[in-house]
Amino acid sequence: MEFKRVEITPEADKLLQELKQKHGEVIFHQSGGCCDGSSPMLLPKEDFYIDENDILLGEVGGVKFYMSHDQFEYWKHTHLTVDIIKGRGGSFSLDIPTGYRFLIKSRMLNDEENKNLNP
Amino acid sequence: MSYSAPKFKEKYGNFINGKFQDPIDGEYFENHSPVDNKLLAKYPRSNEKDVKAAIEAANNAKHEWGNTSASERAAILHKIADVIQENLETFAQMETADNGKSIRETMNADVPLAVDHFRYFASAIRAEEGSATELNENTLSLIINEPLGVVAQIIPWNFPLLMLAWKVAPALASGNCVVLKPAEQTPASATFLAEKIADLLPPGVFNVVHGFGPEAGKPLASSPNVDKVAFTGETTTGQLIMQYASKNLHPVTMELGGKSPNVFFNSIMDHDDAFLDKCIEGAVLFAFNQGEVCTAPSRILIQEDIYDEFIKRVIERTKAIKMGNPFEESTMMGAQASSDQHQKILEYIKIGKDEGAEVLAGGDAAKLDGDLANGFYIQPTILKGHNKMRVFQEEIFGPVVAVCTFKDEAEAIEIANDTMYGLGAGVWTRDAHQLYQIPRAIKAGRVWVNCYHDYPAHAPFGGYKKSGFGRENHLMMLNHYRQSKNMLISYDKNKLGFF
Repeated sequence: MEFKRVEITPEADKLLQELKQKHGEVIFHQSGGCCDGSSPMLLPKEDFYIDENDILLGEVGGVKFYMSHDQFEYWKHTHLTVDIIKGRGGSFSLDIPTGYRFLIKSRMLNDEENKNLNP
Repeated sequence: MSYSAPKFKEKYGNFINGKFQDPIDGEYFENHSPVDNKLLAKYPRSNEKDVKAAIEAANNAKHEWGNTSASERAAILHKIADVIQENLETFAQMETADNGKSIRETMNADVPLAVDHFRYFASAIRAEEGSATELNENTLSLIINEPLGVVAQIIPWNFPLLMLAWKVAPALASGNCVVLKPAEQTPASATFLAEKIADLLPPGVFNVVHGFGPEAGKPLASSPNVDKVAFTGETTTGQLIMQYASKNLHPVTMELGGKSPNVFFNSIMDHDDAFLDKCIEGAVLFAFNQGEVCTAPSRILIQEDIYDEFIKRVIERTKAIKMGNPFEESTMMGAQASSDQHQKILEYIKIGKDEGAEVLAGGDAAKLDGDLANGFYIQPTILKGHNKMRVFQEEIFGPVVAVCTFKDEAEAIEIANDTMYGLGAGVWTRDAHQLYQIPRAIKAGRVWVNCYHDYPAHAPFGGYKKSGFGRENHLMMLNHYRQSKNMLISYDKNKLGFF
C-alpha cells in the first residue's frame, strides 16, 4: 500500500491543471507567517529557488509540493490535502487572480502511515 | 452609536503621476466587504504596463523631490496628517467596511496612529542631521544622507491605512518617491488617501497601483528601475521578493509575521489589583483586531502554579468579548478579512483539536444574524496544549490562542524561543529581575514588558529569525530609505609622496 503525505481534492486539481496550462511548470511551496501565510503558494518553477533547506513532501496533480525544513519539523505528524475556497486571497501565488485560493486541510497521520512515510 | 460604510464610487483608478488613471488593459477586480460580503467597489486589476507607468512617473519626480528641503517635506507630511485627521471618521468607516475590524479600533487605533506617524516623521527630519568628524587635523569626514530614489512598497490588509503610513511616511520624509501596492483585499483607504492628498505632493512622488500579487506585485518587486523593495507579508512571498531583488542587487526589508509568546509569571497573582486586571486583558489581547496582527500574542505561557486561577479569569474575559456588527461602537471583535482566512482559521481549530488540544473557549465559527450572516466571523478561541503542536507553531492570523504552562524561568525561555519566528513577545511579572532578564533572553524584535499591542511611532519594530529583518517606526527607519554619502575632505596641501 502506498502512503502519501499530501493529496489534492478533485476541485483543487481541476484549478491546478488550468493554472499549469496557463503558466507552464509550477511548484507548491507551503508558506508561513503573516497575513496570507500558512497557505500553499503556487509559483512558476523557474521563479522559486529550492535547495536542501526545503523538503519535498510529494506530488499532487503532477506538481511538486515543498516546505521549508524547519517548518516541516512541526508539520511532519500531519497529512495534508490541498483544497480550494472561493474568495479573495493575497500573495504572489498564481491562483490569486482566479478568485479561488488554495487551502490546506490537515489531519493526523495514523501509526501505519507514520511508519511507512519518507520523509 | 452606530456607523456605516461610506459611499463608494462604482470603480476607481490607479493613482499615477498625480492623477487617477484607468488600468491600461481596462480590467478591474471586485472588492467585497467581509462585514456582509457585499460589493464595495471595483479596483484596477493592473499588470506590468500600469506598474511600469507608475515607476516611470516616480523616476521622473525623484530628482526634484529628493532635493526639496527637509522643512518643505515636513510641512507636506504635516498637511497629510491634517487631512487624515480631518477625515478620521470616513477613514475609520472605510477601514471597517474594507477589512471587517470593529469601528472602535479604526476610530481609536488605526487612523489616529496613522496621523501620528506622519507627524512623527515630519518632525524627525527637522531634528536629525548628518555628521561631520575631524578624523585628523587635515581630514574631515562628512556624512550626508541622500534618498535612495524610488521605493516599491507592498503592504498587507490587516491595518491597511496604518501599514501604508508605516512605510510611506518615512520613505517620503527621507526624500524618496513611492510606488505602493496595497493588498488586493483592502484597496480602499490608499485610494481615498490619494484622492485627498493629490494636490499636496508633486506628481509622481506618491503612486498607488492596485492588483494581484503575480500580476502587479511581481513586476513591481522585480523592476530594475526601483531602488528598494519593502514588503510585509508571508515567508514564501518574502523569499520570492528577495530573489527578484537579488537579480537587481536591490536592498529589501521584510516583515513576515510571528508566533509571539505572551509569558505570565506567578508574581502577577500576588495581589488582586489593577495590575492583575491589566495582565488578564494582556492575555485576551490575542483577540485584538480578530487576531489579524503579525505580533498577535498567539501563545500564552503561564507559570504552572498560577495556571488554574489565572486561566479561569482569562476564559471569563474572553467569553465576555462582544461580537457583532463591526460598525457598532460596542462591538469588540468584528469579521475576519476574507473567506479564505475564515476557512483557514477553522482548519487550524480542527487540526488543533485533532492534535489533542483542549478547547477552553470558542472553537467554532460565529453565526451572526441578518445581513451579517454572510460575513466571516469566528468565536474567540482558547486551545490548551503543548508547544510542539501545529497551533503553537503556525501563524493562524485569527482570534485563536494556544495556551501552555511552564515550571520556571528556564522553561519559559525555552518554550518562548522554540519557534521559527521572533517578532513580538510579552512578559508579565512583578519581579524586578525578570522584568529585564527574561525580555533579554527572548529572541524577538519587540518585547512588551507588562503591556502589549502598543505601537508608538517612536519605538522600533521588526523581526528576528524568520520574522524578517529591517525595522519600521522610529527615526532609524529613515536610514532604511537612504544612502549614506561620505565626503572625505583633505585640507592638507602636501601630496602623499607615493608618486
